[in-house]
Amino acid sequence: MQMLFGRRVKYVKSKTIKVNYLSRVEGEGSLYIKIKENSVTDVKFKIFEPPRFFEAFLRGRSFDEAPDITSRICGICPVAYQMSSVHAMENAFGIKINEQIRALRRLLYCGEWIESHALHVYMLHAPDFLGYDDAIQLAKDYPDIVQQGLQLKKIGNEIVTLLGGREIHPINVRVGGFYKVPAKRQLLELAEKLKKTRDTAFQTVKWVSTFTFPDFEEDYEFVSISHPDEYPFNEGDLISNKGLNISIDKYENLFVEEHVSHSNALHSYLKGHDPYLVGPLARYNLNYDKLSPLAHEAAKIAGLTKGCFNPFKSIIVRSIELVYACDESIRIIENYEMPDKPAVDVHPRAGIGYGCTEAPRGILYHRYNIDDNGMILNAKIVPPTSQNQKRIEKDLWNFVPGHLNLENDKLTWHCEQLVRNYDPCISCATHFLKFEIDRS
Amino acid sequence: MSQKRKPKLAVWKFASCDGCQLSLLDCEDELLAIAGEIEIANFPEASRAVIKGPYDVSLVEGSITTPHDAERIHQVRRSSKFLITIGACATAGGIQALRNFKDVKEFISVVYAVPEYIETLNKSTPISDHVSVDFELRGCPINKLQLVEVLSAFLNARKPNIPPYSVCIECKRRATVCVMVAHGTPCLGPVTQAGCGAICPSYNRGCYGCFGPKETPNTSSLGDHWNKLSVDNDGIIRAFRGFNAYADAFRKESEIREK
Repeated sequence: MQMLFGRRVKYVKSKTIKVNYLSRVEGEGSLYIKIKENSVTDVKFKIFEPPRFFEAFLRGRSFDEAPDITSRICGICPVAYQMSSVHAMENAFGIKINEQIRALRRLLYCGEWIESHALHVYMLHAPDFLGYDDAIQLAKDYPDIVQQGLQLKKIGNEIVTLLGGREIHPINVRVGGFYKVPAKRQLLELAEKLKKTRDTAFQTVKWVSTFTFPDFEEDYEFVSISHPDEYPFNEGDLISNKGLNISIDKYENLFVEEHVSHSNALHSYLKGHDPYLVGPLARYNLNYDKLSPLAHEAAKIAGLTKGCFNPFKSIIVRSIELVYACDESIRIIENYEMPDKPAVDVHPRAGIGYGCTEAPRGILYHRYNIDDNGMILNAKIVPPTSQNQKRIEKDLWNFVPGHLNLENDKLTWHCEQLVRNYDPCISCATHFLKFEIDRS
Repeated sequence: MSQKRKPKLAVWKFASCDGCQLSLLDCEDELLAIAGEIEIANFPEASRAVIKGPYDVSLVEGSITTPHDAERIHQVRRSSKFLITIGACATAGGIQALRNFKDVKEFISVVYAVPEYIETLNKSTPISDHVSVDFELRGCPINKLQLVEVLSAFLNARKPNIPPYSVCIECKRRATVCVMVAHGTPCLGPVTQAGCGAICPSYNRGCYGCFGPKETPNTSSLGDHWNKLSVDNDGIIRAFRGFNAYADAFRKESEIREK
């Protein structure tokens, strides 16, 4: 047993790679890989984050509490939970929101993508490529770059704060729209800042594309939302590059969750398919044509084409999405006209509602059964990280055999990095312990 | 005098959403300055590096919900000079404390596909139920400026300036018209501790209690007033059973109304 970066790494003849507490991810997880005579015999991406049972205590709560309650599943991507839940409720009640409210939701989501992606690119992921333990160490040698990342993140937070009231667990989202909508003048001030931020995002793509990427590609099945006219956020069908094309209300017919002993998050799989991947890489590959011209230009400069199958390059894709989110925010602001009312009228009725939106880390599915009084009878929530768990393990199975020549500490670091490619949000993933109470 | 050494900070996570510790990384303008004054010695969300304890200040996020965590918090206490809990989970048990009001036995026996895979306690409890705590910083999420204030207070051996009065004071200060008096919107502001900056009323909605009970809250009177605003008893119970459901004053009010 030897200490490496303060964590225990075990060296034995039949090698075991163990990382007891994965760092630079959100939440509590660990990694266990067993290697016997040059082949991998076991891989476990363990999640020991304690379960919090959201789906259980949503029962008996009112439909209008869902956006506030579910946002508490994740402090990094609360907007995603609010978006999936309000869309699901509106779906259940047959509500159509108007064009401007739709645009503001998209803007709010852009803010979350910018905040979350900037955090991951600069503070959680880049240090891996440059050999630093963290962004604070990185800042000692590259203060300007880290400062640039922080400013990028700050603009994302400013969008969320203006539209949502505060950056973490925003308070302004409701079923039907918002409690209050901003005046155009307030947004225009943001647009000016966003133009500078867009340049920073573009520089970010250039910067991360100079990193050295391990040579590793997989034949992924990418799953994302697809919208006929735009890069996906709130609406669309679910598609994959291997033949999936369904409306979101069919999700549970094809996607199944499995309870495994080593994880407090359910593993999600697609019936009859290999483990699939959700998140920036999937969105990018399936919706490349919908990116803005500037995002295309950034991709071209980074040497990335439409098909990117190297998960380590997700940092480039995330940066391209940063460019897109800035671009899209500016476009939305320029076209914005303040609506007369901040929300459309909501009349709850009994039914089932489905919502699936693109959280920074990939598709986030919500389903609610509602009674006549608007009370939640039961809820199902499937976050992106629980969907990526199996795929993360498969990446490790396939990556390690080709890299056994690496020193143990280096191999361990690469494996951690491989997990971080997915920007896993373990706090999210753990609320899904299936909680079906059979009352029959 | 020994040479001045940077104080060591550790950040610990229990059952939570990560949002409160993210507040530290959300201090975009202050983060590098903070890192210049203190040594971030143990902060897994941000760094691979771990510097051994003891630590001068530990920030603890999350509530205690598993037997393992009930043990782990004692280790954290032993290795920390000051232990500060941050956020509604750590100070009141969080939203996951809603399980505390249910018949847990029934809950657990029916629950999972494979229940034996799961280790969980019947209740979600605040850190102060398990170890002594030097300061509790409220909020769901905490206010990052209050976090900076508390950290600098402890590092300078003074009392943190965190007022225990109600959200109403903040509303008055920012000249927000009272949503309850003027519009009849149910609001928990009169019984909720300040700290958020009275955001909700400024967005035309009532406060929903993120910062937990203020000092000496009159919850029953507020509940009666909500009745007059046509909120039924179940609605009032749900309002008190939010992110600070297990904080004493809110818990008692909801239990009284349940009888």
